[in-house]
Amino acid sequence: MRQSLLTYTLSLGDNSMILGQRLGEWCGHGPILEVDMALTNISLDLFGQARSYMQYAAEVEGKDRTEDDMAFLRDAREFRNVLLVEQDNGDFAHTIVRQFFFDAYHQLFLKALCESADERLSAIAQKSLKEVNYHLRFSSEWTIRLGDGTEESHQRMQAAVEALWPYTGELCTSTALDIEMADLGIGVDVAELKAAYDQRIAEVLKEATLTIPESGWQQTGGKEGKHTEQLGFILTELQWMQRAYPGQKW
Amino acid sequence: MKNIAELEAQFQAKVDAEIKIEPKEWMPEKYRKTLIRQISQHAHSEVVGMLPEGNWISRAPSLRRKVALLAKIQDEAGHGLYLYSAAETLGIERDELVQQLLDGTAKYSSIFNYPSLTWADIGAIGWLVDGAAIMNQVMLTRTSYGPYARAMVRICKEESFHQRQGYEILLTLCRGSEEQKAMAQDALNRWWWPSLMMFGPRDADSPHTAQSMKWKIKRKTNDELRQQFVDVTVPQADFLGITVPDPDLKWNEETNHYEFGEINWDEFWNVVKGNGPCNRQRLEARQAAYDKGAWVREAATAFAEKRAAVAV
Repeated sequence: MRQSLLTYTLSLGDNSMILGQRLGEWCGHGPILEVDMALTNISLDLFGQARSYMQYAAEVEGKDRTEDDMAFLRDAREFRNVLLVEQDNGDFAHTIVRQFFFDAYHQLFLKALCESADERLSAIAQKSLKEVNYHLRFSSEWTIRLGDGTEESHQRMQAAVEALWPYTGELCTSTALDIEMADLGIGVDVAELKAAYDQRIAEVLKEATLTIPESGWQQTGGKEGKHTEQLGFILTELQWMQRAYPGQKW
Repeated sequence: MKNIAELEAQFQAKVDAEIKIEPKEWMPEKYRKTLIRQISQHAHSEVVGMLPEGNWISRAPSLRRKVALLAKIQDEAGHGLYLYSAAETLGIERDELVQQLLDGTAKYSSIFNYPSLTWADIGAIGWLVDGAAIMNQVMLTRTSYGPYARAMVRICKEESFHQRQGYEILLTLCRGSEEQKAMAQDALNRWWWPSLMMFGPRDADSPHTAQSMKWKIKRKTNDELRQQFVDVTVPQADFLGITVPDPDLKWNEETNHYEFGEINWDEFWNVVKGNGPCNRQRLEARQAAYDKGAWVREAATAFAEKRAAVAV
């Protein structure tokens, strides 16, 4: 049970941290200064959430390790984030679609996690939900604005939807761990979120004049540590200082 | 109708009486132009300044440091926004100012043309670069143009927080391993002189100073501010236990100031002219962000127009 809670908590931290790391790449390079600030703000929120989860994971593990050990000293196969969040930023359309696909899930997930029997997870969920409500508003608005903007923006957004759609199925696919945690009243059986998720996506994409791809093959594996090739490169940068200078304080 | 000479006399009387000049009021054209140049240069510096620090977001050594760095850079973007808004009160659009940056007619602080090579540089930028900027900005909270002075009050509060944060990064390194301390010393070696150059040319070589002092846009000269910076910063380096890379640096009991060596003015003018280590990369990064964002800005405008048409 302790191992399961540890893995589960880390998986939540990994989602927030990896997406935060991706968004951090935009800082100083955004299309408009206000948008640059908004992306950085979302990145900051996500890293804040990641820290809360990882601090808790370190406590659950009980081996005197820290949030930084969790973030910087695990290898790619131990990461449990969904594949969607590790996909590269691409153009701004890809970043926004990735964000919208994740935020729509994240909001539903956190609402359910607020009810967790685990007080710490419930508290983290309650705090995070307030942030994610804003994230979803931002990414939904931009999805609509760019989908229904110019011909070029529409095409770019549709291309991003096509490219990222295969990574949405994993969000609402429950693993054995999800079900174990749900049965204990701690976690969320994410399969139960699927109907609401599909509806949310359909509503916003419709308003954005974008088309949902014919449901084809969906990629999975991130939640079990089988990632796309992108994660290794993310971790190479993320973990470099801690790997190059082991055991030092910064 | 009053003639220009009368208006100018009234304007100067107001400045002399420490009454702030506000956007809608009459002001000499050269005062307006000087302010646009200075405020936009300041805004561009905030935005270009995001790049050398942004370099280290992905590699920050701990989650706490990463969050602090992201928040700091976000503050810089915010400062850029207030300053563009302050410049806009003088009758120029942000878009035009950005074009001036991209085509090279507007400058930004040369310090950002130096590379950030190690994590210690993030500490040094906070401590020295923000520290030097604060000397200038504290003075500007009393500048004669109202919107600029008010923007500076808010900016100064955040900058002094950044400066302490940068110093704390270096303090941690200097209390750490030999390797970390060497990293801190190396950063001081590379950032010290460029930080002194941030105050601009010597007073004797600064053509705008006299007029700017008369209009109370500036209240201290470049050399005065530079001396103030050295006096404050050297003891801080001593506390860290690292050495300022200037063999001529010494305390003068009589003047109560540090004496310091000659700045390499050849390097200073070269970096101003575009020959610094990163001038090209910084402008290319801004140009790329602008170009890659063009379709986003166009789409946002098109969408707003569509929705406005529906609303009518």
